[in-house]
Formats: sequence, structure tokens, C-alpha cells
Amino acid sequence: MSFERIREKLSILADAAKYDVSCASSGGKRANQNKGLGNNTGMGICHSYTEDGRCVSLLKILMTNHCIYDCAYCVTRKSNDIKRAAFKIQEVVDLTINFYRRNYIEGLFLSSGIFKNPDYTMERLVRVAKKLRLEENFNGYIHLKSIPGTSDELMYEAGLYADRLSVNIEIPTISGLKLLAPDKKHEDFIKPMEKVKNEIIQYKTERKIIKSTPRYAPAGQSTQMIIGATGESDRDIMYSATYYYKKFNMRRVYYSGYVPVLQDERLPSLGTQVPMLRENRLYQTDWLLRFYGFSINEILNDSHKNLDLDIDPKLSWVLRNLQLFPVDINRAEKRMLARIPGIGMQSVYKILQARKFRNLDWSHLKAIGISMNRAQYFITCNSKDFYKKELSPITLKSKIMKSSNSKYKKYFDNQLSLFS
Amino acid sequence: MNPQTILLYDGTFDGFLCCVFMAYEQKISDPIIRKESQTNNQLFTVTEQVITQKDKAQRVWAGFKKKTSLNEQRDFFKAFLSEIKGVENTLLSYMRSAFAKEVNKNIDFSNKDILKISQVARMVGREKHRMEAFVRFQLTKDGLYVATVSPDFNVLPLIIHHFEDRYADQKWLIFDTTRKYGIYYDLNFVEIITFEDLTGISTKILKDNYSDQEIDFQKLWNTYYKNVNIKSRKNTKLHLQHLPKRYWKYLIEKNTL
Repeated sequence: MSFERIREKLSILADAAKYDVSCASSGGKRANQNKGLGNNTGMGICHSYTEDGRCVSLLKILMTNHCIYDCAYCVTRKSNDIKRAAFKIQEVVDLTINFYRRNYIEGLFLSSGIFKNPDYTMERLVRVAKKLRLEENFNGYIHLKSIPGTSDELMYEAGLYADRLSVNIEIPTISGLKLLAPDKKHEDFIKPMEKVKNEIIQYKTERKIIKSTPRYAPAGQSTQMIIGATGESDRDIMYSATYYYKKFNMRRVYYSGYVPVLQDERLPSLGTQVPMLRENRLYQTDWLLRFYGFSINEILNDSHKNLDLDIDPKLSWVLRNLQLFPVDINRAEKRMLARIPGIGMQSVYKILQARKFRNLDWSHLKAIGISMNRAQYFITCNSKDFYKKELSPITLKSKIMKSSNSKYKKYFDNQLSLFS
Repeated sequence: MNPQTILLYDGTFDGFLCCVFMAYEQKISDPIIRKESQTNNQLFTVTEQVITQKDKAQRVWAGFKKKTSLNEQRDFFKAFLSEIKGVENTLLSYMRSAFAKEVNKNIDFSNKDILKISQVARMVGREKHRMEAFVRFQLTKDGLYVATVSPDFNVLPLIIHHFEDRYADQKWLIFDTTRKYGIYYDLNFVEIITFEDLTGISTKILKDNYSDQEIDFQKLWNTYYKNVNIKSRKNTKLHLQHLPKRYWKYLIEKNTL
């Protein structure tokens, strides 16, 4: 193979794929078979990090950046004047295998611009995966993009070779989609998701009866939404995320702050800051919903449509529900421990174990590693010494913000001085 | 006043377990356990050389297993591999409390030894994970994939299984240049190999022995790495937090070819 040509293609097609934020290689297990190449332990490994601090776990590329669609938010839209390229199937296979053998990557994440039609495109992605699995005996991670509008037969085949499948919903609301991607239909996104969900359910039931049922997308499916391209509120975003988690058993929903790449009057202008802080708050909310036992309407509702930017969503909820605090560390149930600011699930676990041996005091809690500058106002423990002053949301907020050190702090210092 | 006893062992895990055995057998209340390689210059101490005996070590370990969960056993071993000065004494005190307690599946995180061991084990676990991530194999002319590392803790014993399982169809060698030993897989088994003279795996010799396409693939990887970066999201602090500079020497993408 000609390395110079491959190098040029790789630079174009990696560049075009990078706005897909998913890089997870976790969540699906695959054993090494017959002394072949690779395995997937289910925990995921980040082999490197880019200068923007994101993990590099997979070889994330497009098959081609030729595309018949003209979606406003996308760099590879038809009307954009950029260099185009396309990989051959064997080239993708060779790159994946050689990178994998050198321990650069956990596997492949293959997506594509749409050329000719959805089925034609999807078929080529599936052929890469099939070749890796059957000819190269490759057991590493494979994530394929489900091309909107693909037939059910192809989606079925894709799941036989891929660990994860994903369709990016991109725009959280249907009206936004109409505005920015007029050629795409909402149903086209939903159809492959529905198919994958049903196949996974069916696989799981059949597997109980016949052990040898072929595995189907063991790492499940995920999706991504662009944040800040259309004017949707945090509530709109998180309600749709919850919908996809519940309706399609999504493993992950990713939130991607919109990076202005094109001039278009429907979109924020070039040079607009990427809403990274907002993105961060959305991920925090996502975590609270999935691991901390919060329900969506506690965090976002009609009277609270957007997340606070200056404090995290958990603290924000606490300040709106001060009547539930302080919490007794030695007696409170797990659900309530998880709601205390400055205490994560790791600490919750340690507290639950440790308090079976003795009543915990401040020194124990400090040693366990909870964040005292936040937690101290909201808890009591085996000590007469605790925060007894009147709890008012504004004073607490300013106390906590003063003592905490966030990388975003500089944006809020001025506001703070008004209250203190 | 009774002089304090220092137990010297050969640096192996079995050797350490034999020190524990001796502490119980001879009822030594507060011994200091130390590797032979660390010199002793304390006054008013008695020094005893402990001979490593597999059967004694196994007895201690079997007893410990009865009282603890698999996770605690793993953490214990990881903490040992940290090689942090004095960790043996914390481990002994941890073992004493494990032997004394009733069988209980809860872990007492309010006990400072237990907490300390679990924290050290976490540090070692993190280093293990980093080695799994940051090892970069380079293919030589004789078909061997070679990587050199110098981890903060002695983690090679912990990563054998991972690499053996994953790269089952290629020969590979991971060499710890600080501790001067490596793990080598010959398509059948993983062996521990040592050599004092490190010139054979120096960067220069390795480069002269590269297989034909090695440089090309390294260049392709660099191209890829450069192109996945999003410039408008640059975040150096986060970058360094995930990828501390001390690991850059392994990473092809962080060194210009």
C-alpha cells in the first residue's frame, strides 16, 4: 500500500470524524477466541489523550466524507467546499490491525458520509467489520454507525459483528431537525434504533434457552446530541435524553457542544465560543440520573428550565430543598447520602461499610475522602460540632463558591462579589 | 527496654509473608520489616535475616484468604507492589487486624490501615491501567513486538494476564528499565526475563532493528493523533492531568519522528 496516499486520506477522514464525541470502548465483553488477536475486557482503555483533553481509545474515522445530504451543522455537508476522500475496505482493515497490534487503540469506530443511498453505505461498513472478525480473527472493539434509513436486514447483520451501534440524533428537537437537516426524516433515525433494540431483547431471551445464539451488539447502542446549535433549553435536551435512555435502552447519550465550522444564518456564527461549561453541566445531570438515583423532574422542570452554570446540578437541587438537610451520616439511607454535595458514589459505599463498625466522626469522613468544603454544611455525624447557622440558599452558595476551586471560576468571580 | 527487631527479607512477596510468619511464631510485637537492599542504620535494634520458604508463605496466605474477600486480597498484593518505603509495616498491621476479626464481608474503612491499603492499592491499580494504555509496541525485524517502560510502581506482574490474553498471536516483550526485568511472550507462555546490560533494548538499537513498515505505521499514527484534536476546544490542564509528562517518553504521538 502507498503510505503517502493513505496518510492523506487518514488526515482528511479522521478530521471529519472527530466531532463524534463517543470514544467509549467499554460495556461489552468479548473474549479472545482460538488464540486470535485482541479481546475486550469490558472496562475500556484510553490509549492517549488529545490536546483538548479528550480520550483516544478507538481509531475513529469515516469511510468517506462524500455525502448526498446537506445538514447545516455538519462539516461534510454536500455544499461545503472541502477535500473529499474515501477508504477502500482493505485499507481500513490494515490500519485497524496494525494500530491494534502496537497497542495504540482498543478497536475501530467507523462512520461514514452517505454516498448513493443508506443501504449502499451501511453495507460497506458492515463488510469492514465482517472482514475483521472472520478473516483477521479480530476480537477487539468495533463500533459502527447506523446510517439513518438503513434496511432492517443490514442492521441485523451489523449487530452480528459490531460491539456497539449508534445513530446520532444530533438535534434534540424535531423542529430543530427540520430547520437544519431538511433532507433527513426523524423516522429514519428511529428505525435503526428500534431494530437494534428489538434484536438485543430477542437475543437476550433466546440466549437463555440456546447458549450458542450468535451475539448481537453486546455493548448496546448510543446516540449523540449537539448542544447550542438551535435554541433548545436544558430541559428539552435532558427530557429527550431520558426518552432515548428509556425507550431504546441506550447505554449512553453524548452531549456535544456545537463547534462552529460553517457560516450559516441558521446557526451561531463562526468564532462563537464552544459551550463547554454547559456541556459539562449536562453530563453531570446525566450522571445524577443514571447513578445517583435522581429523577429528571427533580432537576429540570417548568419552574427550572435551565441548569445553573455557576454551580453543579446536585448543589443546585440541594439549595432548592434545604428542608431535607442536614443529613445524619450514621443513619441516613443510601439514597440520601448520594444527594449530599461533596459525596460521590465511591464515598457513599465506603461510608455504608465503615459505619457498621462504629459511628463516624469528622476525621473518618475526611480520611474517606469526601469533599468537606461542600459537605460540611449539609451533614451531622458523631460530633457535637457542626454547622448550626441558619441555612439560606444565597449565603451557602457564596460560601461554597468562595472555598471551591473550579476551572470555570473566573467567569463567575464578578457576579459573586455582588452578594458577599 | 527491649530493642526493636528488624526483619530483613529478599524483596519477594513470599519473603514478606515469611516475615509475617516469623512475627507470629516468635511473638515479635512491633517488628520493622525491610528489604535486604535497604540498609539499616538504626541504633538499639536487633536485625534478623528471614529465609524465604514457600510452605510458610503459603500457610500465611491461606490463613489470610479465609478471613478476607478476593478484592481485599488483590488490594493487599497491589499495595505490596507499590514498594513504598514502610508499606510492609502497614501490611503487617492490616494482616493482624484481619486475623483478629470475625469473618465479615464488610470492610472497615474507618480503620486507618485498611483505608491506607485501599488507597495505595488504588494508586497501584491506576499505574497498572496506565501501563495497559501507554505501552507502545515497536515491531522488530525478527517479528517481536517490543516496548520499554519505567512505571512508578512494580506493576508488570499485574499486567501479564491482560497482554497475554489480548496479544495471543504475536510475540511480545515489555521491559521495565528501572527494575531491569521484563515479561516475554513466546506464543505459548509468558516468562520473566532479566538482563543487566540494557544496551540490547536501547532506543538506537531498536530503531536499527525495525521491521520495514514500522516507521510508516508510526507516522500514520502521528497523523491520526494530530487530526483528531479539536483546536477550538484546547484544554492543556486537562490534557496534562490525563497524560502526565513523565509518560510522554513512551508515546510515539508525543515524540516527533
